[in-house]
Amino acid sequence: MTDMNKELSGIYALWKRELIRFFRSKSRLIGSLAMPFFFLAILGSGLNNAFSFGAASATSAGGGGYLDFIAPGIIGMVLMFGSMFSGMIVIMDRQFGFLKETLVAPISRLSVVLGKAFGGATTAMIQGIIILFIAMLMGVQIQVLNIFLLLVFMFMISMMFVSLGIALASTMEDMHGFQLIMNFLIMPLFFLSGALFPLTSAPELLRSISMLDPLTYGVNGLRYLLTGSSEVSFLLSFAVILIFTLTFIGLAMYLFKRIEE
Amino acid sequence: MAGDNIIETQGLTKAYDGLRAVDSVDLAVRKGSIFGLLGPNGAGKTTFISMLVTMRRPTSGTAAVNGFDIKERPDDVRKSIGIVFQDPSLDDELTALENLEIHAAMYGVSKDIKKKRIKEVLGLVGLSEKSKSLVKTFSGGMKRRLEIARGLMHHPKILFLDEPTLGLDPQTRAGIWEYIKKLNKAEGITVILTTHYMDEADKVCDKIAIIDHGRIMAVDTPDDLKDALGGDVISIECDRDGHCAEELSKLDWVKSAVNHDGHIDVRVEKGEQKIPRILQLMEAEGVKVESVSLRKPSLDDVFLHYTGKTIREGEGSTKDMVRLRRKAFGKR
Repeated sequence: MTDMNKELSGIYALWKRELIRFFRSKSRLIGSLAMPFFFLAILGSGLNNAFSFGAASATSAGGGGYLDFIAPGIIGMVLMFGSMFSGMIVIMDRQFGFLKETLVAPISRLSVVLGKAFGGATTAMIQGIIILFIAMLMGVQIQVLNIFLLLVFMFMISMMFVSLGIALASTMEDMHGFQLIMNFLIMPLFFLSGALFPLTSAPELLRSISMLDPLTYGVNGLRYLLTGSSEVSFLLSFAVILIFTLTFIGLAMYLFKRIEE
Repeated sequence: MAGDNIIETQGLTKAYDGLRAVDSVDLAVRKGSIFGLLGPNGAGKTTFISMLVTMRRPTSGTAAVNGFDIKERPDDVRKSIGIVFQDPSLDDELTALENLEIHAAMYGVSKDIKKKRIKEVLGLVGLSEKSKSLVKTFSGGMKRRLEIARGLMHHPKILFLDEPTLGLDPQTRAGIWEYIKKLNKAEGITVILTTHYMDEADKVCDKIAIIDHGRIMAVDTPDDLKDALGGDVISIECDRDGHCAEELSKLDWVKSAVNHDGHIDVRVEKGEQKIPRILQLMEAEGVKVESVSLRKPSLDDVFLHYTGKTIREGEGSTKDMVRLRRKAFGKR
């Protein structure tokens, strides 16, 4: 087998591993979909009539309810949570030993990161697509502008966050920091992204901080692709996501390379 | 690299902030042999092996594994070796088969021989029935056997085993050593192992190196190491002790002969060869011998001699504590 073939077969094997593990763990699958489902079903439906979004809103000009507003945001949430989790469980590989097997094999660390990242992104996208269907089943008004672009965009968001997860995991030795990251990184990123409330009507301070949140551009891009309008221009969202994705992938590779067992 | 050697190191050193974990080691391992590396905790065994398997870069010195320089051709080294770590490195959530397939992919085992090879290695370690079972259902011994099978997937020339039987019950331990010996014979694989179990090292290894404070204290076959220590003790129970002891002491191949409690303790070299001579002598003297026992120096004695400690002494590192704790909570 040529070296290139070996790297590719290694990437494929590690990608496959992510999928096998994902589908085998029923509790993880259900668990990852539960929270977004409740957001949609309870928060979304609950506030649907309390808030109406007119022409000046983030949804289509015909006006929609709260449920329609948050649906793209919840999809973004699923992508982020799912990807970050996948990236971060590299720590578990580290603790329980599988990582060592990958580090000692004649395969580049780059390939190990890519296999993990592609696998994590794929499982996150599957979750995202399931939530999309659930939203549609709940009556959310969705008109997919461009399926191909939607999938590409979802993939980029996932790659971005899985890389961030891997980068963070590369610096941690055990799961103790996981809770901290959940509460002080992931949750704020989610709440500040404009997923749950329109940013244009938010206080100045919140809005400024939101502009620094990569998920904001992810959510806005998704909103554009699913409803036709968003608070931030799609071109800008796409560009920002692209830059963040490439940066985080680079960061993940750099930090992963530095792991010494 | 000399024809017969599959591993050669020259002045191999690893230093951390001035502390030399591995201190200028010159070592040669003959192809096809089973080589044991014995040393207390913190002796430098693991660091030394990490350099050979290209997981750590040496501070200075050189090493060639299967003809490849560890610094220049690390990937070629990795393709030539199989490693079984002390801590398990399997994915518990996958089946045995899935674990082996990932390994095959990363090591470039081509698809056409992959299936056959998986069958072979599973058969070799007696896990053929369990290929589709999740690894988390495996016992400690089964996991270890699977890791050995995995290490062999890509036909390595050398197999590194770090404490292969640690934490296993005596029966399983015996079984694993059987596999190792079988492998060595059947596949001609060179085996490098580290272990705490001296009696097992004694039985299995062709050659043993004793390492302490990063330096090799002695390298030789188990028997020669024990013989070099000298001082077999032949303990004889006889009726006319006083006289015998005197007579025996006069012999030039007797180091000493001491009388006590109806026994004579005779210290000699290669006691098993001296017993017949002693008995003949005593018969000639008309002395009645009640019983004879022979105490050979064990590897424990050899170890104690070279390192000043028995193998179980030495501070436990934090990693060892984590390992012990993890075992106690059943994460193996």
